[in-house]
Amino acid sequence: MNSLILRTAARLLISLTLLFSIYVLLRGHNEPGGGFIGGLIAVSGFAIYAIAFGIEEVNRHLRISPMVVAGIGLCFGVFSGVPSLIAGLPFMTGIWFEVDIGLAKLKLSNVILFDIGVFLVVLGSLRAILLALEEEG
Amino acid sequence: MLTAVLSGFLLAAVAPWIAGSDRRIGGWLLALLPLGLTLYFAQFIERVAFGETVSTGFDWLPALGVRLSFYLDGLSLTFALLICGIGTLIIIYAGGYMAGHPQRGRFLSFLLMFMASMLGLVLADDVLTLFVFWELTSVTSFLLIGFDHTKLLSRRAAVQALVVTGGGGLALLAGLLLMAGVSGVHSVSEMARQPELFTGHALYVPMLLLLLGGAFTKSAQFPFHFWLPNAMEAPTPVSAYLHSATMVKAGVYLLARFNPIMGDTELWALLLGLFGGVTFLLGVILAVKQDDLKQILAFTTVASLGLLVMLIGLGGEKMILAAVLYLVAHAFFKGGLFMVAGCIDHETGTRDVNRLGGLFKLMPITGLAAIAAVVSMGGLPPALGFLAKEVIYEAGQRAHGPVVLILAVLVAGNAFMFMAGALAGLRPFIGARTETPKHAHEGPVELWLGPVVLAVLGIAFGVFNGMAGNFIIGPMTNAILGEPVSTYLALWHGFNLALGLSVVTVAGGVLLYVYADRVRGAIRAANRVLSWGPDRGYDQAVAAIERLALAIVPRIQNGEMHRYTAVVCAVVVAGLVWGFLYGGGQPAGVPFEPLKLIEWVIPALTLVAVLIVVIVRSRLAAITALGVIGTMVALIFMLFGAPDLAFTQFMVETLSVIIIAYILARLPLSAADGRSVFQRLRDGAIALAGGVTFTALLIAVSAGSLDLTLSEYFIANSYPEAHGRNIVNVILVDFRGVDTLGEIAVVLLAGVGALALIRLKAPKPEPASAPGPGLGPAASARSGEAQ
Repeated sequence: MNSLILRTAARLLISLTLLFSIYVLLRGHNEPGGGFIGGLIAVSGFAIYAIAFGIEEVNRHLRISPMVVAGIGLCFGVFSGVPSLIAGLPFMTGIWFEVDIGLAKLKLSNVILFDIGVFLVVLGSLRAILLALEEEG
Repeated sequence: MLTAVLSGFLLAAVAPWIAGSDRRIGGWLLALLPLGLTLYFAQFIERVAFGETVSTGFDWLPALGVRLSFYLDGLSLTFALLICGIGTLIIIYAGGYMAGHPQRGRFLSFLLMFMASMLGLVLADDVLTLFVFWELTSVTSFLLIGFDHTKLLSRRAAVQALVVTGGGGLALLAGLLLMAGVSGVHSVSEMARQPELFTGHALYVPMLLLLLGGAFTKSAQFPFHFWLPNAMEAPTPVSAYLHSATMVKAGVYLLARFNPIMGDTELWALLLGLFGGVTFLLGVILAVKQDDLKQILAFTTVASLGLLVMLIGLGGEKMILAAVLYLVAHAFFKGGLFMVAGCIDHETGTRDVNRLGGLFKLMPITGLAAIAAVVSMGGLPPALGFLAKEVIYEAGQRAHGPVVLILAVLVAGNAFMFMAGALAGLRPFIGARTETPKHAHEGPVELWLGPVVLAVLGIAFGVFNGMAGNFIIGPMTNAILGEPVSTYLALWHGFNLALGLSVVTVAGGVLLYVYADRVRGAIRAANRVLSWGPDRGYDQAVAAIERLALAIVPRIQNGEMHRYTAVVCAVVVAGLVWGFLYGGGQPAGVPFEPLKLIEWVIPALTLVAVLIVVIVRSRLAAITALGVIGTMVALIFMLFGAPDLAFTQFMVETLSVIIIAYILARLPLSAADGRSVFQRLRDGAIALAGGVTFTALLIAVSAGSLDLTLSEYFIANSYPEAHGRNIVNVILVDFRGVDTLGEIAVVLLAGVGALALIRLKAPKPEPASAPGPGLGPAASARSGEAQ
């Protein structure tokens, strides 16, 4: 689509959208959000950019194939359950620990890894579909 | 023992790197594992000979009572020794046979996988463990037969073997589950303690038939024998290992294993005796008419398996002893002869018996091994085959049933077997030298080591029959019978009927061999008349299935999206209406509360959008209006306190509109709606009915009380247990994380599937063919573009 306004806005929007998607992903445990929604938001960011500049531009900037991203995401999902197995707990039991980073206490867990996995799978798979549609069209 | 079974799989995983290069040592290195396993199992020989059994295992699926358990007695030990011992020789042989082949590593890896599967099968105690390994042998056999996958015949043979043995495997699974259900135990060794439970049970006949379905397909019994000769498409090491010495004996193993449980009934004796006997005779007669060395051997393998099944079926101490002797003897001489056939093929470039002769001077070591194997196969003293044949005749005299018929079948079959053995193992080496495509000479040590070792074993077991009887044959016989019996073996029994029959057999065999050409001609002439066989039947069945699919699929999958939607919608409506009418729970009245302004606006906007979708001509506008409807739904979620859902709905709507718009841009759609007025009215009616019934359903559901146990549990435990205040997300990633894991796997697969569909190039339209089945909108779009 050849629109100057869209092109100008898209540059800004994609960075905002991607940033927002990560924010949504990370806050998901306590506020509305999470990996699935985050992934969808990130894809919509790419979609806007693709509408403005064409899919080739998106592909040129992202060197990693989207299905690889999705695959890595699934690996995150599967392996996030392994630490609990090693600890002798049922597969995918949440293990939490706190890290003091001075300003606040950061709660970390394998559950977050899992959510990141969801994010990457959604992002990768949908982006792949979008890109494939445009490539051939 | 678990490690022993699994080590094969582990080594198989790295085998391509060990043996992938051209270095000669690769095969030798890989053979160390089966050699080690042979020694490992050999240390049990003495304990098992004294009647001990070894069992081990751990719970696999405790909820279902499934254990990964293994059991070692005389029967499984002998099989394990055969599998690992011959496996050692085969790996070495294959290393030499495939030398220089770019895929040698993969080949050896498959062989090791097979070895581990087969080992698991014969050691398994739990019926489901047994079934898993049973299927693994079918799968690895498929991979090995189809190893040369660029050849059409290999692919056909591989698929055929998989279909036949896999189908039998399903029957076996059903049979084993029935048996587990009847007895309440999963362990074969425990089942063996209460055989009267099975033989006297009302379900005995179905259990037996299902079990035999598995055993007969695997062991290539008539009428399922056809896959085995076709499997000769596989490289020769595979034929020697899987399709003569081990895998095809899995069916025989199964019958032997279940003999104390299911055996000793009239039906058992009748079915096994009949099918075994027919297979035996058919196998030898078809064997001697073949020209290809491997085909001759393949049909004699079919025959030998038939003989074994027959012996087990007729039952009794002597018969089982005879079966055990013959089984071990057969593993030695047939494995050896196959390897010899491979050597001949490798060195001369042909396997046609008519073109081979006088090779003895060129390949003396291979020749000696072959002749020793033929001695055993033909049942000449002092080989193990001779002992087996004597005991078979002795047992035949005392068989329950038509003794004369049984003896006649045995003598005739063995005479033909003698002839086939001489054809395959003797004829290429004697007589005048013939011109062969390659100039023959003795192969490298890898190629003759296996045949020589097996030939020596075949003779040694015959000569030192006391030791063999005490340590191998006796314990195995006891295990099959389920009780200890005396197993006295001797080469010389004095002048008796068995010896007389042996003489008759050998004389008949020699006579048949002398007049081989006439016999072969006569069988071929008869065979031309009876040209239809199960092999053709298989092709016809496959073709019939294809025709059926071609007749049905274009009607169901016609590529018209709106028809799919209409059918799905109509079926759902019919189901719901049926539920309302007969299932109760009709929608009651809904109490209408006064609505706020915004609660009026949202439905109103939704209605407007729906009208636009229905009326507007431009598809892009319709899609956008659909997006509006979804957004309104998201707003409703938002208003009634489901921000996560609303959030997701917004994003899904946005992306759907974008993706559908992209798809529409690519589809060569005409602007006009091609449906007739009637069709449009019909589609509209279905859509309306769908909306109405769904509304009714929602009203009916919300009228009832919801079970809130789960919701309350999640609310109560979300923060304390999972450290999250967003309950939706906690459910997704923690409480029901495994569900989500499955779902993201589905998302990924959907992505792969969509990619494949989009990138699929539609086949070029064939002018002669009738309008084929549509491949879905994406594919038709491609062909639309191509034109």
